[in-house]
Amino acid sequence: MIKVSQLTKKFGSHLSLDSVSCEFHKNESIALMGANGAGKTTLIRSILGYYHPDSGEVLIDGLNPIKERVKVLKNISFVPQLPPPIKLSLDELMHYVCTSADVDKELILHYANEMKLDLKSNLNKSFFKLSGGMKQKMLIAISLAKKSDIIIYDEPTANLDPQARDDFYRLLKQNEDEKVLLFVTHRLEEVKELVNRQIYMDLGKVVSDEKI
Amino acid sequence: MKNLYLIAYLDLKESIRAKWFLVYSLVFGGLIALFFIAGVTESQVMGFSGLSRLLLMYIQITIVILPIFILITTVRSISGDRDNHILEYMLSFPISLKQYYWGKIIGRFITVYLPVFFAMVIAVLYGAIKGAAIPWSIFFLYTGLLFALSSAFLGIAFFISSFVKSSEVALGIAFFIWIFLLAFIDIALISLMMQQRFNPQLILFLAMINPMEIFRVAAISLFDPELTVMGPVAFYILDSMSQGIFVLLSVVYPFSIGLIFAFLGFKIFEKKDLV
Repeated sequence: MIKVSQLTKKFGSHLSLDSVSCEFHKNESIALMGANGAGKTTLIRSILGYYHPDSGEVLIDGLNPIKERVKVLKNISFVPQLPPPIKLSLDELMHYVCTSADVDKELILHYANEMKLDLKSNLNKSFFKLSGGMKQKMLIAISLAKKSDIIIYDEPTANLDPQARDDFYRLLKQNEDEKVLLFVTHRLEEVKELVNRQIYMDLGKVVSDEKI
Repeated sequence: MKNLYLIAYLDLKESIRAKWFLVYSLVFGGLIALFFIAGVTESQVMGFSGLSRLLLMYIQITIVILPIFILITTVRSISGDRDNHILEYMLSFPISLKQYYWGKIIGRFITVYLPVFFAMVIAVLYGAIKGAAIPWSIFFLYTGLLFALSSAFLGIAFFISSFVKSSEVALGIAFFIWIFLLAFIDIALISLMMQQRFNPQLILFLAMINPMEIFRVAAISLFDPELTVMGPVAFYILDSMSQGIFVLLSVVYPFSIGLIFAFLGFKIFEKKDLV
């Protein structure tokens, strides 16, 4: 489903990814780990088609995420580590998501409800005015409602309280079939019940890749 | 196409809620109100009176403040979104870069153009109620000139925004461009260059490629065909081509500049790392 081949990405003289190769297949839940600066976020952004590689390539179902970004991104849900300060209201953000990615608004409301996020009374509130936890819940609800085959979470539980984390993992369990789940995390114990593969990166290289 | 309109619509809504838009609208609406309160329409200076006089003053001030307003408020649109990771999230949805970029431009263009246009409409309506003669030719010329000037600086702002990584740097570049172009209008450095006997071809070239100078000459040419208040370069320009052709040029040229810079900005945006 995702094929990364000999991917190298430099920023100036800094080598962020050093000839990384790996593949992710259906029904795999992967914990992507490593110290700060190991190259995890660069790898994720390359999968999303944000970076032009210095060499090597990424293919998602055989498609290049830079050249075929619309086709590729139809099938990817992404939640960043820190919710960005989007100034749109929640209603406008949902309008953006529903129109651009053909997402059912009712599904967003459903998953928001499951995450204990009271969306209906906050529809006209700016996204950036929500608390950190509420923002994260909203992004998670959108990611699940999008029904993508590939779900990428960059430290998704950083702002969530223990109850919200449990809700999140419960919903993921219900939605993981036939998907690739990619978690960037520093805390394996939190996702160990979900993941079946662990990749450790250091200095832009994959240093270990094992099934668990 | 639906995504293009979606981006334009959301950018427009977001901009209208922003504080800068309130200030922006108040400045241009306030200018018109101030002119009426100050009795500009009743005054006669250098032969201009009534609404023509008011529109002339409005356009003179607009030459100076519209470009910097557009540059400052627009130059951060993409670089700012990149800075605070909004781009990273919003572009994780299946929207093409073309739709995102041009949608932003359309939304922002409506935001910056409508207040300056409506300020003129309000002036004309108020003048009509007061029984003043409405100078339609000037009104339509200024509508076209403001459209062209807004396009030029919007295109330049998006061009800067596409390659600058930090919004502070983008602001600095925008401010420099504004000062630079402002300095090269007829009554500033250009006059000094003439005094210093620079090559006339060079002086004319500098004047003709500056959208602010083109805008200024076209805006005042309807009032003062002899151009006694405009400066020597403007006089020479209008002496060497007909007023009609120059007015056409003054709309087409800045608009083309805007399109070219916006297009170059898009090419950079497409070729560079997005975040």
